[in-house]
Amino acid sequence: MTSATAAGAGPAPAPPPRGRRSVTGTRGVVVALFLLPALVLLGALVVYPIGYSLVRSFYDSSGDGFAGFANYKALFTDDSIRTALRNNVVWVVLAPTVATALGLIFAVLTERVRWGTAFKLVVFMPMAISMLAAGIIFRLVYDQDPDKGVANAVWVGVHDTFTQASAFPSAHPGRESPLKADHGGFVTTAPVHTGQSVALPLVGVAPDEMPDGARRAVAARPEAGKVTGTTWQDFTRGKGVGRLGTPDPSEQGYAGMRIEAVKDGRVVASTKAADDGTFTLPAAADGALLRLPASNFKEPYNGVDWLGPTLVTPAIIGSYVWMWAGFAMVLIAAGLAGLPRELLEAARVDGANEWQVFRRITVPLLAPVLAVVMVTLMINVLKIFDLVYIIAPGSSQDDANVLALELYRKGFSEDQPGIASAIAVFLLLLVIPVMLFNVRRLRREVRR
Amino acid sequence: MRSISGTIRTPWAVTTFTGLLAGAMALSLTACGGGDNDKSSGDSSASATTGTVTLPKLNGQSIEVAAVWTGAEQTNFKKVLAEFEKRTGAKVTFVPAQDPIINFLGSKIAGGQPPDVAMLPQPGAIKQAVDKGWAKPVGAEAEAQLKKNYSQGWQDIGKVDGKQYGVYYKAANKSLVWYNAKVFENAGAKEPKTWQELLTTAQAVYDSGVTPFSVGGADGWTLTDWFENVYLSQAGPEKYDQLAQHKIKWTDPSVKQALTTLAQIWGKKGYVAGGADGALQTEYPASVTQVFTGGDQPKAGMVYEGDFAQVNIGETKAKVGSDAKVFAFPSVGSTAPVVSGGDAAVVLKDSKAAQALVTFLASPDAATIQAKLGGYLSPNKNVPTSAYPNEVQRTIAKSLIASGDDFRFDMSDQAPQAFGGTPGKGEWKDLQDFLKNPTDVAGTQAKLEKDAAAAYGSGS
Repeated sequence: MTSATAAGAGPAPAPPPRGRRSVTGTRGVVVALFLLPALVLLGALVVYPIGYSLVRSFYDSSGDGFAGFANYKALFTDDSIRTALRNNVVWVVLAPTVATALGLIFAVLTERVRWGTAFKLVVFMPMAISMLAAGIIFRLVYDQDPDKGVANAVWVGVHDTFTQASAFPSAHPGRESPLKADHGGFVTTAPVHTGQSVALPLVGVAPDEMPDGARRAVAARPEAGKVTGTTWQDFTRGKGVGRLGTPDPSEQGYAGMRIEAVKDGRVVASTKAADDGTFTLPAAADGALLRLPASNFKEPYNGVDWLGPTLVTPAIIGSYVWMWAGFAMVLIAAGLAGLPRELLEAARVDGANEWQVFRRITVPLLAPVLAVVMVTLMINVLKIFDLVYIIAPGSSQDDANVLALELYRKGFSEDQPGIASAIAVFLLLLVIPVMLFNVRRLRREVRR
Repeated sequence: MRSISGTIRTPWAVTTFTGLLAGAMALSLTACGGGDNDKSSGDSSASATTGTVTLPKLNGQSIEVAAVWTGAEQTNFKKVLAEFEKRTGAKVTFVPAQDPIINFLGSKIAGGQPPDVAMLPQPGAIKQAVDKGWAKPVGAEAEAQLKKNYSQGWQDIGKVDGKQYGVYYKAANKSLVWYNAKVFENAGAKEPKTWQELLTTAQAVYDSGVTPFSVGGADGWTLTDWFENVYLSQAGPEKYDQLAQHKIKWTDPSVKQALTTLAQIWGKKGYVAGGADGALQTEYPASVTQVFTGGDQPKAGMVYEGDFAQVNIGETKAKVGSDAKVFAFPSVGSTAPVVSGGDAAVVLKDSKAAQALVTFLASPDAATIQAKLGGYLSPNKNVPTSAYPNEVQRTIAKSLIASGDDFRFDMSDQAPQAFGGTPGKGEWKDLQDFLKNPTDVAGTQAKLEKDAAAAYGSGS
């Protein structure tokens, strides 16, 4: 910067003898003196670390032996670095595009709303939060437990309005049970007959999960020409099962449990248990197996595994977009304000509809701004670290890995500074083209 | 690695944050305190004798102690340091370090300002410090204290090549299962002594409508601790040592047996709170607190972890000893396992004051002070059990001392860090994958062996 102005001041009318004095009367020594603080700072804080990282990346982990390109080879052979690389590509493609697209939509739409400024303020607000805080917020948002994580609370809420959860998800046969597992439900091992009272005991339903109407279980009385029975929770608190296979005083019936009589794989009769767990089946059930179908035991829907291995990267990108869409929106809105209105008006007069105006006029005119936003975000995304480090739980950190995080892990927790330096140099190489692009743009802008 | 060093665990994002802060503070601390370190040494030789240990007078000297402890643990340790200051007149500064402390020390030593004494959490770290020439052997007084107060086993793990470098000041008993007393009562379950009984107990709890186990699978070290207990009890101490040094492969049949045994709990439907996916997103502190919140219908009935779980139980309304009870990890093979951890004081700058501090830490005096404050366990056999604040603590301490030399140090802490101590890598990650898919014993073994070979091979 400083040198640019110094050079720019060079060509002046009636140049004095070269090297002696410039137009402002400063000597080269003075120039150097003024440049010195900046140069020293830049050298010590930027050039030296980069140079040292470059040198360090050619040495092994202890720093004593020359390793040649071994560390760079590791970049492309080490599994976790490769995952990091792949994830970085996903990040660079997805995050800036989505953030810019959203920003563009917000900017164009808010222009037409009366409360646009208020809306912009709200969208921009996440920018005021540090990455670390945003990470902690989203760690909670994506929590698996619908009682804690907002994302899953919404998802489960929507899901449960369409499908009903069953009442007895964790019920299962106890010891010496007459039931055996069958396609997610349970079926009696022996056929039942009329005039017989069948016991269908299960265990494992927590007292507060019992249906509200459930009452004390009673043994069903045998009836001629019918199959009767009881299905109940064969478990007495504090005493274990109590008397096996018979309802004890404090044991409750499985109110609403569905019971099917199955003959040769066909359902011949079905019923639901009463509040005290008793049920009655017609004579058709004679000789059939009694089945408690799987619909009784369907697990409650637990939502999406946001931070599991497959979704963790998109989930974190979501939180990034939440933060940076506002930034994109503000820049694009500024560009939008500078657009020549008459062009838009002209297009409308020529009969273009709003979509055509947007597609053919607004976007092409905004292209320079969009490019700047994209490139800035890209640089930003390449060095993404904090969000990934904080949001991904330990178990999926490897799946969410990005280069900057891998750099940190290699350097500071695995004691592999050589490889870490190689990653740093590699990251620098990745950023350089994008930086050059930006610098060139800037130059062109200045010239204009 | 974090498994024993950071005994008070906050959600790890927060830990990291404080770690960063601590690092920054540590830097500024040394920057200020560096100058007057070696001033006025040996100006007096009068001794201060108030307890069982004789300490030299060290007026005007100042030393630094680095440890990763935070929160209550740090506060309590500072009280021990205050006692040392009172007895000797030296000034002791506590330098908060972050995990892994060996890398923290590396940067301090590269900067020319190492702390005088550091608390290292693993035998591997002590060896590393010795190999790099950082650690100095302890003096005669400290060794005398060790001989007097420590069993041979605890002395030996502080040794490298026969020389005493580390003084184990703090121990952890990692062979405990904490349970919600109300849940056990409702289920009519009993404290198990053997693995088979544990399965019966788990079934009883499950039958009562409560998920038996809570597993903090988001942190890999809780899983390695599970494995180590099963393995130590089932395969025996010799195999355990061999596996710890990677002298036998992870594809060994004994590993297969241990994983298969583990799968009887991890792989059984409904036995792990939240299922495998839920467990993998449950961090250690939550895995403890969810057992002791929710009245008599908590998320799970019991949780396996070391004595330090008390700290997390303290965050709930449950009272240790009545609501939250503990039993020793049941024996899978012939004897019940005792897996332990601990932090050893290591001298980095040899001075009279540093040696005196290590001597003091090896004495029952220092340990008794911290034992009284709670949340602390000493391997020092001359610390009276009455010093511990509650019955549960006394039981844990007794069982640790009673195990004599039969305890084994945490295996993952003995392994190279890339294998046994990095989130999302090595053994941590492989066991997390195993928790997700407990039927794949052979695949897990293959992955463990591959990662172990890479980590031990590079010899970090």
